[in-house]
Amino acid sequence: MRADPILLPTEAGLYCPEGDFHIDPLRPVARALITHGHSDHARPGHGAVLATRQTLDIMRLRMGPDFAGSTQVAAGEMRLGGVSVGFHPAGHVLGSSQIAVTSGDCRIVVSGDYTRQPNPTCAPFEAVPCDIFVTEATFGLPVFRFPEPATQVEKLLASMAEFLDRPHLIGAYALGKAQHVIALLRAAGYDAPIAIHGALKTLCDYYVQQGVDLGELVPATADEVSAQLVIAPPSAFASLWVQRFRDPVLGFASGWMTVRARARQRGVELPLVISDHVDWPMLTGTLTELGPSEVWVTHGTEDGVIRWCELAQIPARPLRLVGYEDEAEE
Amino acid sequence: MKAFAALLERLAFTPARNAKLQHVQHYLERTPDPDRGWALAALTGDLELRRVTPSLLRGLAAERIDGQLLALSYDFVGDLAETIALVWPEGAEDDPPLSQAVELLQTTGKAGLPGAIAGMLDRLGPSERLAFLKLATGNLRVGLSARMARMALAGMGAPSVADLEEIWHGLAPPYAPLFGWIGGGARPESAALAPFRPVMLSTPTDLDELRALDPAEHVAEWKWDGIRVQAVSDGGVKRLYSRTGEDISHAFPDVIDAMHFDGSADGELLVRREGEVAPFGELQKRLNRKAVGRALLASHPAGLRLYDLLIWQGRDLRAEPLTVRRAVLEGADFGPGIDISPLLDFASWDDLAALRADPPAAVIEGVMIKRRDSAYVAGRPRGPWFKWKRDPMVVDAVLIYAQRGHGKRSGFHSDFTFGLWQGDELVPVGKAYFGFTDAELRELDKFVRANTTERFGPVRALAPKLVVEVAFEGLNRSTRHRSGVAMRFPRISRIRWDKPAAEADRLDTLEAML
Repeated sequence: MRADPILLPTEAGLYCPEGDFHIDPLRPVARALITHGHSDHARPGHGAVLATRQTLDIMRLRMGPDFAGSTQVAAGEMRLGGVSVGFHPAGHVLGSSQIAVTSGDCRIVVSGDYTRQPNPTCAPFEAVPCDIFVTEATFGLPVFRFPEPATQVEKLLASMAEFLDRPHLIGAYALGKAQHVIALLRAAGYDAPIAIHGALKTLCDYYVQQGVDLGELVPATADEVSAQLVIAPPSAFASLWVQRFRDPVLGFASGWMTVRARARQRGVELPLVISDHVDWPMLTGTLTELGPSEVWVTHGTEDGVIRWCELAQIPARPLRLVGYEDEAEE
Repeated sequence: MKAFAALLERLAFTPARNAKLQHVQHYLERTPDPDRGWALAALTGDLELRRVTPSLLRGLAAERIDGQLLALSYDFVGDLAETIALVWPEGAEDDPPLSQAVELLQTTGKAGLPGAIAGMLDRLGPSERLAFLKLATGNLRVGLSARMARMALAGMGAPSVADLEEIWHGLAPPYAPLFGWIGGGARPESAALAPFRPVMLSTPTDLDELRALDPAEHVAEWKWDGIRVQAVSDGGVKRLYSRTGEDISHAFPDVIDAMHFDGSADGELLVRREGEVAPFGELQKRLNRKAVGRALLASHPAGLRLYDLLIWQGRDLRAEPLTVRRAVLEGADFGPGIDISPLLDFASWDDLAALRADPPAAVIEGVMIKRRDSAYVAGRPRGPWFKWKRDPMVVDAVLIYAQRGHGKRSGFHSDFTFGLWQGDELVPVGKAYFGFTDAELRELDKFVRANTTERFGPVRALAPKLVVEVAFEGLNRSTRHRSGVAMRFPRISRIRWDKPAAEADRLDTLEAML
C-alpha cells in the first residue's frame, strides 16, 4: 500500500507531504490541522490553522486572539495540495473531530482523542470507512472497561447524601470533563446550584452559549461557598483555594480512577470513573467495526492495542510520537 | 455482594476514622443477617476461609484472556486480584448474597475450588469481583480494628462499646445473637470463659487541680511505663487482654504460665530482669507476635505488676470501694512473675510532687492518684482516678520535610519531619502530626509553601529555617531510624519563630537523654 507517503510521523507530529500540513503538531508549523482544543493537541504559534469552528473558538478562549497567523473553519471535503481533507465528529469534547485524509483511493482517518460513549455535551463519534485508522491508546489495556457514567453520578450523589455536611470537591479538567460531569448530574435530576472554580468559568460559559444546558452554576471563589458540590480543575486541590472548605470529600472524574493505585496516588476519597476516551471494548469494537487494513497507534499504552491487533490479524504499528501527555487531559 | 463491594471501595479510599465508622455503621444498619455479620468478620480479620493462592488465580485468568495482555495489564495495575477482577470477561452482574460467597470459600474442596471461583466471577460485576477475590485471598486491607467495629455497632443501638466489649469474646461470625441484641432482643450470654471486662481509665491532672482535693481521701502509686492489661483466669482458662479487649495471650505464654489464681486482675505488663523493670522499648519487642521463641522468652521475660481486682474467686468486686479491693489484692499470694504495685507514702500533694520529680526508676512515667472509695467503673469517669505524668522531654528541632494532611486538614501541610544537627548536617529524628492549634497550622502551612526547596511526590523538602520545640514521652534505641533513636508520642509543643536554626539542639543532646 502507498500509505506512508500520505502521512508520516515526524518530530513535529504527523505530516502530510502532498498537502504540506501537520495534524496536531507539537511545535509551531506553517499549516496545522487540529482535532480538538486540549492543550497537548492544540498549541499556539502556527502560521495557519484549520479546525472546526468550535475548536477554533476554544483555542481563542484559551490562548488569546493571536494564537495563529490565520484560521480557517473546516467545512465539507476540502482540497489541500494533492489530498482531500474532511472533519468528522469524534465524540471527545465540544468541537472535537477526526480528520480524514484521502489521496487517490487511499483514506487515512486520524481519530485524535475519541469516545463511543454518548456524551450530552458534544456530537457523537462518526464511523468513517478507511484504509488506515490512527487510534489513540490512552486506555489501551483490557483492564479499562468504563461503567455507565450514570452509575458514577449515583455514587457521587450517594456520598453527598451520606456526608451531608461535607462539601464534595470533584476534580475535572476544564475543557470537556467538567461540563460532561455537570451535564451528567443534570441528567440524573440534580438541580441544585453547582459551584465551579474560576478556571472553569470561561469554558462553561462557552458550552452554554453553544446550547449545552448546565443548569445553575455559582462561583466557588467566594470565602463561603454554600453549594455542597464543587467542580474544580485537579490542580486546584494542591492550592490555597482548597483551604476554604472544611473537611471536604475529594473526588476525581477520570478513566484512571479504574485502577485503585492511580486513585490513591491522587489522594482522592471518591474516585469517579468518567472518561472522554475510548475504553478497551470501545477501542477494539471500533477497530472491528471499521475493519481497516492497517492500524496506527499514537499515544498511550500502545503495547496492548498492538497485541490485540496481532491476535485479530490486523497489521498495526506504533507511531511513537513524543509529546502527547501520557495522561492526556483526562 | 454489591453493598459489600461498595463498602470496601469506600473504605479503601477513606482515610478519616470517623468517616470510616459512618460507612461501616450504615452498611450494618442496611444489610440483613447473616451478610452483615460475615462482612463485619471479614473487615476485622476474624473470618476463617480457605485461602486462594495467586497461582490458582493466574491459572483461571489464563483460561479467559491472552497471556500477553494479562501480563501487560498486571504490570500496569500492580495487584493480581485487582487485575483479574478488571479483565475478567463481563458476566451476568448478578447480586448474590455475601453469605453465598463465604459458604463457597468455606466448604468447597480443593479440587472443586477453581471451577467454583470462576463460576462466581462469571456472576459478578467488576467491583464485586474484586471484593470476592480480596475475600478469597484474605487480603482485605481495610484497617478496621475490632475496637472500631464495636464503635460502629455501638452507634446502631442501645448497647455501648463497654457492653459490647464484655461479651465480645464469646461471639463468633456471623454474630446473629449480637445483632439481635442491638435490635432490641436479649443480651447474648457469653459462652466463653475468662471474658474481658471493660477497664477503668484515668484523666490527666496537675498540681493546681490536685490542690482542691483532700490528699487523705486518695492513694497514689507509680505510673509504670508498660502496657495496661487485664489478666483473667477462670475455671482453668487463662487470658491476657489489652485494655481495649484484644486477646494478647499468645504473645505472652510466660505470663499465662505464671497466673495461678482465679479471678480477673488489672495491672501492668512489664519486662523484668532480676527485679529491675526494663524500659518500654524492650517490651515492644514482645508485642504483635504470633508466637514467641525461647530465646526471646529468656532475654525479655515478661511479668505482671497488679494494682486492682475486678473479680476474685467468683466474687465481683467492682462495686466495692478501692480500699476493699486493694485489701483482697494484698492478701493474695501470687508466686513468681506477679507482684503488686506498691502504694506511695505521702501526706500532702507537695510530698507527692517531690516523689514524682525523682522516681526510683526510669520506667516510671509519673504517678497515679485514686480515690480510696472509688468503685471500679468502666470507661473514663472524671474524678475518681487521675494520672499525673512526669513532664515530657523536649528538644528544639528544625523542620526539614512536610506533607499534606487528610480529612479536615486536607490542603494544609500538617505532617512534619524534623531533624537535629550532627556536624553541619540535619539528621531526621522523628515526625509529628499534632500539638499545634488550627491558627498555628495555618502559619506552618504558609511557612512550608514559602520555603519549599524540592518536591518528592507529596513530600516537600524545606529550607532549614524553622525551629520547633518537640515534646515526647520517651526514647528508645532504634536500628530503623537513621538517627539511631526513636521518640514516643512526639508532638510540636511550641513553634520557635524567634530561634535561629543554627541554635537548634544537636543529636548528641538527644542521645544523652537515653
